[in-house]
Amino acid sequence: MSDYNFAYLDEQTKRMIRRAILKGLAIPGYQVPFASREMPMPYGWGTGGVQVSAATLTPEDTLKVIDQGADDTTNAVSIRKFFERTAGVATTEETEKASIIQTRHRIPEADLREDQILVYQVPIPEPLRFLEPRETETRKMHALEEYGLMHVKLYEDISQHGAIATSYAYPVKVEGRYVMDPSPIPKFDNPKMEMAAIQLFGAGREQRIYAVPPYTKVVSLDFEDYPFEATKAEHPCDLCAAEDSYLDEVILDDQGGRMFVCSDTDYCRTRREAGHVGRLGTETPLQTGPEAA
Amino acid sequence: MHPLLKVNNIKKMYGHRIGCTDVSFDLYPGEVMGIVGESGSGKSTLLNCLAGHLETDGGEVIFDTLDRGPVDTLKMSEPERRMLGRTDWAFVHQHARDGLRMSVSAGGNIGERLMAVGDRHYGNIRDRAIDWLDRVEIDESRVDDRPTAFSGGMQQRLQIARNLVTGPRLVFMDEPTGGLDVSVQARLLDLLRGLVREMGLSAIIVTHDLAVVRLLADRLMVMKSGHVVETGLTDQVLDDPQHAYTQLLVSSVLQV
Repeated sequence: MSDYNFAYLDEQTKRMIRRAILKGLAIPGYQVPFASREMPMPYGWGTGGVQVSAATLTPEDTLKVIDQGADDTTNAVSIRKFFERTAGVATTEETEKASIIQTRHRIPEADLREDQILVYQVPIPEPLRFLEPRETETRKMHALEEYGLMHVKLYEDISQHGAIATSYAYPVKVEGRYVMDPSPIPKFDNPKMEMAAIQLFGAGREQRIYAVPPYTKVVSLDFEDYPFEATKAEHPCDLCAAEDSYLDEVILDDQGGRMFVCSDTDYCRTRREAGHVGRLGTETPLQTGPEAA
Repeated sequence: MHPLLKVNNIKKMYGHRIGCTDVSFDLYPGEVMGIVGESGSGKSTLLNCLAGHLETDGGEVIFDTLDRGPVDTLKMSEPERRMLGRTDWAFVHQHARDGLRMSVSAGGNIGERLMAVGDRHYGNIRDRAIDWLDRVEIDESRVDDRPTAFSGGMQQRLQIARNLVTGPRLVFMDEPTGGLDVSVQARLLDLLRGLVREMGLSAIIVTHDLAVVRLLADRLMVMKSGHVVETGLTDQVLDDPQHAYTQLLVSSVLQV
């Protein structure tokens, strides 16, 4: 433990990141530049999220890390281990018990509380990037609130696919001012962004931090005649029979067999433990997670 | 009648070199003004200064706005000027690629200005886009094609449609027919002339092609080395050039 400062980063760096976080919270949706540090993992693996988490963690915190909703995938496991080693904080797989949740591409199904912080890993923070490659120009567009271009993207979707086909990283307008990329969460999660917890977004390679304070208005962009729809696979979960959760499709064989399961593994486990059984579920669910070991 | 655009003593320096200097003129509603001159004479510099793309080193560009009357656009705040740039003003670039989004469909290109001023109804935007494609003689079936799939002349017409869709009152054009072959040029000019008359547009057209101004412009301004050397009605300047440079310019055109 003594080999590292608490949570890997040195205190000056954490102060710098905290200042960026506070500024981000003061101007919801605004991308605050920060001096992103080299982290012991490759860009694209959540270097931004890890730095935000490191600056936010206290020794009393309980950390949960999810990747596409799951606690047991590579990215989640390695980041959880990273903080177990460098910060020595308690970790959990239960959304309920976590005080800080670092996430890649999902918002947990369970409602978050005021004493929780959700940290997103963001690959490309600029929602206008693929339409306007110049950073000088996109900054000006944010400053002057010129967001017509964002609708051009949605227009293109409808003209090509007959509906707004953007299904993840769906642009939102925060508190009636800044258009923001909610990171590549499915658009199913967009309505959940008006939540009680603090939401922090870290983009390591792009060196940007932004934030959404609790109970902030987050509106998904759309057209009057093509309103926003939060979509998911039209199935119940095959393990826990949940109808309201976001599902992953799992291919079972080469005969067309497939199943749909909750992408939020904690939510699914909680439901199975409470006795819900889906099409392919069993009465006594397998014990998973650290408690099982 | 008030002038739509009143230009006083515009000056632009590139270090010690003159970009353009002492340029003053009035442009009245519905009038088309041509600016001709050789390469490097300051035509494009002047146009970019007027349109607010370049910062000037002095002078005034007073535009008769709808809501506030005559305002010096050079002293406007940037948001105001950019708003003007996508509502009452339009800018047609020489190269269509500079004025179009090449990765966005024709319909999206035309719709962009509508969405930029707050139109949020897909059906309306698409109808307007199709209407404008028709007006610039592009087949309706091409509405979802990208400009990369268009010929040079079609790209230029698409750029014009994209600019005129919000019904601007003043259009800046920088060599709109440059790089097109003559038959395509002729059709484009015909189209432009029709649109200008029909919409009652005022326009400032920069070109080195005297045939373009002969067809489109009511008045002409001849520039050389950053100075205006001669102004007047188009036929007057072209048929009875007074300044030595204008005489050279007019006599340089090959008579077929």
